[in-house]
Amino acid sequence: MAIIERPAPTVPAVVTPTTTYGVLKRPVSATGWRSWVFTVDHKKIGIMYGATAMFFFIVGGVEALLIRLQLAAPNGKVLNADLYNQMFTMHATTMVFLFVMPMAAAFANYFVPLQIGARDVAFPRLNAFSFWALLFGGIFLNLAWFLGGAADGGWFMYAPNSGPVFSPTNGVDFWALGLQITGIASLAGAINLIITVLNMRAPGMSLMKMPIFTWLITVVQFLLLFAVPVITVALFLLSFQRNFGARFFDVAAGADPLLWQHLFWIFGHPEVYILILPSFGIISEVLPVFSRKPLFGYPFVVFSGAAIGFVGWGVWAHHMFASGLGPVSVAVFSLTTMAIAVPTGVKIINWTLTMWGGKLWFTTAMKFAIGLIVLFTVGGLSGVTHSVAPSDTQQTDTYYIVAHFHYVLFGGAVLGIFSGFYYWWPKVFGKMLNEKLGSWNFWLMIIGLNLTFGPMHILGLQGQPRRMYRWTEARAGEGFFNLAFWNMIASIGSFILTTGILMFLINVWVTWRNPKKAPLDPWDARSLEWMTTNPPKEHNFDVIPTVHHLDEFFHRKYEEDATTHTMKQVATAEELMAEQERNADKHIHMPSPSYWPIVLAFALPIITFGIIYSYLISVVGGVIVLFAAYGWALESSTAPDSDFENNTPGTALAIHD
Amino acid sequence: MTDVTHDHASSTGISNVKLGMWAFLGSECLLFGGLISTYMLYRGRVTGGPRPSQIFDIPFTSVSSFILLMSSLTMVLAVSAAHKEDDRKINLWLTVTALLGATFVGGQVYEFTAFYKEGLGFSTSLFGSSFYTLTGFHGVHVTVGIIMLMSLVGILKRSKVPGKKAEVVEMIGLYWHFVDIVWIVIFTLVYLIPV
Amino acid sequence: MSDAGYIRIALILAAITALEVSTYYVDFGVLFLPALLIMMVVKFVMVVSYFMHKFDNKVFSYLFYAGLALAVGVYIVFLSTFKFFLQ
Repeated sequence: MAIIERPAPTVPAVVTPTTTYGVLKRPVSATGWRSWVFTVDHKKIGIMYGATAMFFFIVGGVEALLIRLQLAAPNGKVLNADLYNQMFTMHATTMVFLFVMPMAAAFANYFVPLQIGARDVAFPRLNAFSFWALLFGGIFLNLAWFLGGAADGGWFMYAPNSGPVFSPTNGVDFWALGLQITGIASLAGAINLIITVLNMRAPGMSLMKMPIFTWLITVVQFLLLFAVPVITVALFLLSFQRNFGARFFDVAAGADPLLWQHLFWIFGHPEVYILILPSFGIISEVLPVFSRKPLFGYPFVVFSGAAIGFVGWGVWAHHMFASGLGPVSVAVFSLTTMAIAVPTGVKIINWTLTMWGGKLWFTTAMKFAIGLIVLFTVGGLSGVTHSVAPSDTQQTDTYYIVAHFHYVLFGGAVLGIFSGFYYWWPKVFGKMLNEKLGSWNFWLMIIGLNLTFGPMHILGLQGQPRRMYRWTEARAGEGFFNLAFWNMIASIGSFILTTGILMFLINVWVTWRNPKKAPLDPWDARSLEWMTTNPPKEHNFDVIPTVHHLDEFFHRKYEEDATTHTMKQVATAEELMAEQERNADKHIHMPSPSYWPIVLAFALPIITFGIIYSYLISVVGGVIVLFAAYGWALESSTAPDSDFENNTPGTALAIHD
Repeated sequence: MTDVTHDHASSTGISNVKLGMWAFLGSECLLFGGLISTYMLYRGRVTGGPRPSQIFDIPFTSVSSFILLMSSLTMVLAVSAAHKEDDRKINLWLTVTALLGATFVGGQVYEFTAFYKEGLGFSTSLFGSSFYTLTGFHGVHVTVGIIMLMSLVGILKRSKVPGKKAEVVEMIGLYWHFVDIVWIVIFTLVYLIPV
Repeated sequence: MSDAGYIRIALILAAITALEVSTYYVDFGVLFLPALLIMMVVKFVMVVSYFMHKFDNKVFSYLFYAGLALAVGVYIVFLSTFKFFLQ
């Protein structure tokens, strides 16, 4: 490994950053808490998204455990009816909006620029704003717990039940307004990533040479771009009814309760594809690496991903089969729902054929990926049974549905996320997660999740309804399918699942304390994000690569031998890294840190707080929005050249020489 | 020199900022589509208070619609001036656009006040709630547009536009035209189709 | 397009608007709704094509028309479930 001499930096002098409003100096710290709070670096933002998502995963998990404790035995005394309603509402809201979506954003933010050979996203300050808005929105949502009770209408918040008459506490307001804030975060993030993928790919990287994870994330961003406005409308209508006297869901005025349901599910169905496609993307990266084979049928995986995104808009009313839509609507949506199983099936085939004939390496990441294929399929099969409308009429609002979506969400989305953790941990943190602990993590989660959600198929078909705060002995029934036994199993399972997750946290802790660094390319991976240091330098690539192949990194390491037609190693990751460093670009100006994203983001919960308590507070928030917007607009995204003249080491404005 | 903020190296050759605005406008179609659909569903549901045909003043609204339409013309003239780097003309047309927009919003405020006096409040009926919500959202979008136009005039005066001038004017122009085409739809569906 | 060209487009748009408003005063009979909707769409497309710069690049059209098509499709289906078009 070559040691590369670098010219010594010029004599340090004071950095004089430009000012906004003639007063406020640009933040400059490259270390310490300020380097995180004012950062616009997609990697730091990705890590913050990940930490936030993990925190809310635990919050949502505790809410789930309380539910399972309540339902473990008949006539549960752990939660009363009112608290139970809040618990299942917030569990779902937290898991969907504050865990899975931000965790996908974490992976997307960190890896999409790296995978396409870029140095950051298209709008770095907007990226930072999205994160802070998500964090503040999530906190705002949960403030309700302490301010009169959390939202209690279910995560789908059907009106008129969620209206002012039947939900008089502020909980639903915190929910609706909090989700508006997180919606703004998602929409901004979607625009950012779409422009990044369209415009910032490395030279030679056509769309069909993009890594599959980036492709599927891009599909997700389009889904977000078009779905978030729909729930925005629904949330506004609800807030206007609750806070300003609108009549949208007032049946006495002639309102139709189905208005809410349609608007919510027109968002809600694309939303579930938003939840699963990132994990599909992750395992589409993991499986080829640990099968030592390229992804089977890359174009099919791309197009089926796009197809899922497209057809996903035509199925929403399958959430409403029992709502009185009428036979024509039900029939149409039943058919479209059956159709959407097809592109997903295509993916399952492609993943399986990727592994077929490959040299399988059962790392923890690989185990989680295979776990997804198996368990998502189970969830998908129950989904197919729901598509048959008459059978769904039996299943809807029972635990059978709960089983379905937990298999696809936990067995699908979450297992994919954990696969991503184990695969990409060395890249992000420079250390390998312990494989032995990883195995414990994996198996405890698999056993736990099957014990928790498997029995729910039985519970559902035996008639246990959703959202019921307790069950009684009289209703439990007898024999093999009695509710008492299976509820107890499910609750025990949830604690086993918890220990599995604890194993992960212990693994993280143990790895943190371990000084051992990860090798540059521990998995012999295929895509461009691995052609960087561990963790990557702030500017990602010393020289932007020119791309000639799909799986570009793999093709730089291996070439086909003309005589034997086998892949032969021609370069190691270390050699490729050294070559990059030899040809490093001079004068790389990275976008500079900024105050405005966090200030603007902070103004949003102030506005929403004011809507609930006092409009004067909202006015203050509005003023801050204007102030921050102007500050942002007047500030250039990269500090001007004059700021770079005197580079003080330790400041973010230093030139990378 | 590799600068991540320069878009001359972009894979598509288009500016990030214009692409971002078009993507945003695509999403706004879903927003206004939802509000328009809600209105269409509820416009005939009048349990109390005036019906649409009783309260709309078509001549008045036609005039304000015409004004907004003409503001689209002045906006495109501003963009044209920006491409020709004619600073004085840019300022002129941006200001006229903002003024026309403000006249439109003024007309809306007058209209809402008149309707309110005639008995159509936000809570009066489903028609009332949907009408004010839809046109209110549109009005807020116009107002935000006016603020952006006047801010741009102010920033251009100090030559402080980060990035290319023509591009920023064009980007705001896209937003402004979108707000106009939404009104084209609203004027027809809400006002001209009797209930 | 030259400035004169834009003014021409604006005059055409004004004329169509006048025609639209005339439906309020003149009885179009059964042609009323189709005529109004066609005029609305024509104006819409004209502003998008000519004023929004004919999508200097077709990527812009994809982005915008994708959103538009999705909105129109989804919301027409939505209204259909309320039997809106059977009135």
